[in-house]
Amino acid sequence: MTATATAPRRARNTRSGIRRGEALAGWVFTLPVILILGVFLLIPVLMALWVSVSDWTGRGSPLSANVGFVGLQNYAAVTTGDGLATRDFGTALRNNTWYVILVVPLQTALSLFLALLVNGAILRGRGIFRTAFYFPSVTASVAITVLFLFLFSTSGVVNEILGAIGITGPNWFADPRGLLHILFGAVGITDGPAVLAEGDFLGLSWWNWLAGPSVAMTVFIIMAIFTTSGTFMLLFLAALQNISPEVQEAAMVDGANAWERFWRVTLPQLKPALFTVLTLGLVGCWQVFDQIYTGTRGQPAKTTLTPAYLSYDASFLDQDWGQGAAIAFILFAIIVVLTIFQRWALRDRPVSARRARQYQLAPRPATASPATVAANQVPSPPGPAQTPAADRGDDKEAKP
Amino acid sequence: MTGMSVDQARMAAPQDPPARAQTRARRNTEKIWWQVALYALLVVISLIYIYPFLVQISTSFKTDAEATISPVSLIPQVWSTAAYERLFLRSDFPVWFANSTIVTICVTVLRVFFVSLAGYALARLQFRGRGFVFAAVIAVMAVPSVVLLIPRFLVINQLGIYDSYAGMILPLLVDAAGVFIMKNFFESIPVSVEEQARIDGAGPFRIFWSVVLPMARPALITIIILSFQGSWNELSHFIVSTQSPELTTLTKGVASLASGQLSQGRQYPLKLAAALIMTIPVAVMFFIFQKRIMNTAQGALKE
Repeated sequence: MTATATAPRRARNTRSGIRRGEALAGWVFTLPVILILGVFLLIPVLMALWVSVSDWTGRGSPLSANVGFVGLQNYAAVTTGDGLATRDFGTALRNNTWYVILVVPLQTALSLFLALLVNGAILRGRGIFRTAFYFPSVTASVAITVLFLFLFSTSGVVNEILGAIGITGPNWFADPRGLLHILFGAVGITDGPAVLAEGDFLGLSWWNWLAGPSVAMTVFIIMAIFTTSGTFMLLFLAALQNISPEVQEAAMVDGANAWERFWRVTLPQLKPALFTVLTLGLVGCWQVFDQIYTGTRGQPAKTTLTPAYLSYDASFLDQDWGQGAAIAFILFAIIVVLTIFQRWALRDRPVSARRARQYQLAPRPATASPATVAANQVPSPPGPAQTPAADRGDDKEAKP
Repeated sequence: MTGMSVDQARMAAPQDPPARAQTRARRNTEKIWWQVALYALLVVISLIYIYPFLVQISTSFKTDAEATISPVSLIPQVWSTAAYERLFLRSDFPVWFANSTIVTICVTVLRVFFVSLAGYALARLQFRGRGFVFAAVIAVMAVPSVVLLIPRFLVINQLGIYDSYAGMILPLLVDAAGVFIMKNFFESIPVSVEEQARIDGAGPFRIFWSVVLPMARPALITIIILSFQGSWNELSHFIVSTQSPELTTLTKGVASLASGQLSQGRQYPLKLAAALIMTIPVAVMFFIFQKRIMNTAQGALKE
């Protein structure tokens, strides 16, 4: 330090003398990573981008001279055509959308629930429970799929158990009926109204979009929830342990019951963890591949087809490389757009005027404006500010 | 939780002493009941999570017929090791296992080295373009792996390493998330340690190898776990980078078993035994480093 102060020049020289070769070392140290990421990530993406706008058929190199540029033709073929390619893509998109709609909220809710259970402060042996819930997450998706193929086979464990309580289980992996269609069928609706049956999107009628996940897809949904809830539970658990108990106690003193404390105190503090879990869940759910490859290859009746599997199927099996690559990039775009949307939807908003009024201490009841009174009378649970009502918290709930 | 807190809220109300004692007694009873209910719930849920694996173990020792007739029972009526004999003596299973082992070991060893080297450089070495390299690594983390299926195949094919160990191993050698973890860790080590070594005349690699790396054990274990689990469980990359039977890995082989190769009919014991053996290495890893894994997953949140 003294050296720097008295003779900055010399100090700098010494420093660069000691640190000589750092610039070179920096590049040498990062070279393997740069090379591998460049060669096996950046260049591949660029090459695939080219393939998605070319007519390459899989023979020879896609960079050779006899491969032609076809513009957005491949993208058009899977999105706006009226052929099989568009219908397959529409079907895959529908299947995966239902998968996401069910898996993301359920896995988030279940993992949060497990975390809350395990987090019970007085609980002994919580390590054992934590291990039990987490274990499915470390096993390979291939191994878990093989297990579920057995559990949900026609004469498998699940149907045996259902049979014991008098229910005839479905033929899980061979049943293409959509859950919502089954429900509609139960109340006598077997064909959609003309409006839904006629209009279509991506080669699939609206009625078919509303089919819901097929019975076969439902098994994959259950499997996804089973295998991911443990990982996400750990994320929530970490966040829960960072919450200081004082805020909880303060809310308790203010008379908030457990339900209110969860929604108003715990959950807002879990927001970063919630954000992580929802993002990871969403990104993961759009990438379903291993399970489909191992289990059903898109069958029955293409109801377990996903864009990721379709992209593989189109390129490697049908040799339609342009279309396969196009599907992969559309999938990429979907994931990016949804992630950005989610980020926007869960952003930190300035507190709304109504909410802000609720949190205001009310020291001047005489001068309270009608608006404040109205806000306080909103049948929402009492905020922390309303200390006088504390003891009546329970009664208030029981009244309606 | 609910029962307890409602009760505590009631406690806050002023009461005369005998009534308070009574309430306290009631509160304690309620608390115990609440704990019992919580435990019961946890035990039931744990059973749901564990039972499938127990069924898997028992079924792998059943005969084909018994697996279909009584799938639920946890103890085979007749213990049969036919599935295991078939796997090890009359199938390609040992080859698959060997391939998975080779790939996993190569990937893990090299990945740990490359990733920590880059992490150290990005954390400590001053060089032009450091910020750019780091930004690039972060950008790469955002690319979903499924999107890379076709692209990877194209490059592997172009480079002439399709259907070879090189094609299987090289693309898996680097993991952007690993670079990120190591960089964060090295930044948490006090600089003074390195300064001393530097004054003693050690070069960057020497400092990295003999001073900093030994201190990074916790982070290294994290990387080892992630990369072991990742490459052992990897499927899609091996589907697009290989085709010959001699290069089939466990994941790829077991997936083909599931869709009917090698087996006539259902043959659940065989399939489940294969899936079980495949699970054992990661399970062992999991139980050895359990504490570490739990913290790793939790630490992911803070980054």
